[in-house]
Amino acid sequence: MSASFDIVSIDDLAKTIPDGAKIAIPADYAGVSMAATRALIRRRAQGLHIVGVPTSGLQAELLIGAGCVTTLESSALTLGEYGPAPRFTRAVREGTIRLVDATCPAIHAGLQASQKGTPFIPLRGILGSDVLKNHPDWKVIQNPFSDGDDPIVAIPAIRPDIALFHAPLADRDGNVWLGRKRELVNMAHASMTAFVTVDAISETSLFETEEKAAGVLPALYVGKVSLSPNGSWPLPFWNGAKGDDAHMRRYMEMAASDAGFNDYLERYVFSESAMA
Amino acid sequence: MTVADEKKALICLIAGLLRDCNHVAVGAASPIPGAAALLAKAAWGSPMHVNILGSVANNFFTGGGGELFDCAAQGRIDAFFLGGGQIDGSANINLMGRGDYPKSNPRWPGTFGSAYLYFLIPKVILFREEHSRRTLVEKVDFISAPGTSEEGIYRKGGPFGLITSKGYFRFDKNRKRFNLVSVHATNSLEDILDNTGFAFDYLENVPVTPDPDPQLLDLLDRQVKAKIAEVYPNFSNTIFTVTSPD
Repeated sequence: MSASFDIVSIDDLAKTIPDGAKIAIPADYAGVSMAATRALIRRRAQGLHIVGVPTSGLQAELLIGAGCVTTLESSALTLGEYGPAPRFTRAVREGTIRLVDATCPAIHAGLQASQKGTPFIPLRGILGSDVLKNHPDWKVIQNPFSDGDDPIVAIPAIRPDIALFHAPLADRDGNVWLGRKRELVNMAHASMTAFVTVDAISETSLFETEEKAAGVLPALYVGKVSLSPNGSWPLPFWNGAKGDDAHMRRYMEMAASDAGFNDYLERYVFSESAMA
Repeated sequence: MTVADEKKALICLIAGLLRDCNHVAVGAASPIPGAAALLAKAAWGSPMHVNILGSVANNFFTGGGGELFDCAAQGRIDAFFLGGGQIDGSANINLMGRGDYPKSNPRWPGTFGSAYLYFLIPKVILFREEHSRRTLVEKVDFISAPGTSEEGIYRKGGPFGLITSKGYFRFDKNRKRFNLVSVHATNSLEDILDNTGFAFDYLENVPVTPDPDPQLLDLLDRQVKAKIAEVYPNFSNTIFTVTSPD
């Protein structure tokens, strides 16, 4: 079989994400590449503009804590039941990151506009909120099809450099299977390219059956694939892995102080390549 | 009443409010509303459709993360839940943080979909367990989503009511005020007046929230427990006894 698509190591994948890149990442439930996140921290990435689609969690928290992030554009950053994200909370308090706070459907709409190659998509709601007041890009326009006053919010296209996520499966041609997680398809279509970590490599084409093909992101949109089994750890993965509850509790304890967070990075991020 | 019993009573109270709905959606980090929606479906088959964000087994969307919002915009979602670190007397909610934005202190997760869904879903139930002057304030520090809108603003939905650990309020859209419907059995009107930062309407002889139906409680323990555990494992452990050592 002629392998036309290069499957790279996780650290090589992270090396090709440049400093200053605008990176779209999924919410914790949709398949987060924590393996790539740790590799980005190991390579000491700088100046990243993170787009949470439509929110983020531990991934943005770690990147912010490690000093990799300049801008966080998201509708929320949440660690769910574990409580306030310690590094994020601190960065906001001290004003060390730039915040572009959005609302979930506006992030989706911005990506959809990019997918369609249109400058913006109008969206209902939002009017009268302080999110609108503080957002640098949104504009209120008049509905051109209405006879009376009908203000509506125009959401400009969001065009990330890279969509970065974890998926169950890729084939040797670079096609990626992501089931019904269509937001990952939107992210990839909207971005210049997609970098994907996967649990496994399929030796046969993902287009072999229509059942499988229905959940495929074609290689056209995929720039890099890295084999990273359990690559969403310690977060849960919709296609298998449970969240590592004990590890998350340990993280919350360690990240409560600067020294503890640095110990965490030493132990679970910087020494990881030695284990791999 | 133990803390677990009080939470179960809240679940049953909320479940009763969802009986007239066809499709109820529940956002992230909302274990009590999530449990209530699943309980209502198990008890009455109504709502027929329950979607819990973050769940695999209890989420039937196939169109990606944006489908929830498209559904709401088309009027396909009847009820939803919102909370907030601060809720004020005009039903404005703040999920962003206390103090001056952007240097909020503390900062909370963020607005999520509230700035959108509050406009589009007819029955938005505000749920906030902590009932104090810290959470129920005269005016929020940041409006993640406004409780009401001016004439001429497209708005199909909004606040239905507010449920806390102390009482149940309905929101009067025309008067832009909350009205206390009932006080939970473990509480009093005096305590609610002491701990609410905004003015609201009430009767001196305000009723007590009825005790949960034993059959509903039984159903919660038997059928709904496992589903809740899939989405909110830690919450599930706090309200359902895992083992009883003594």
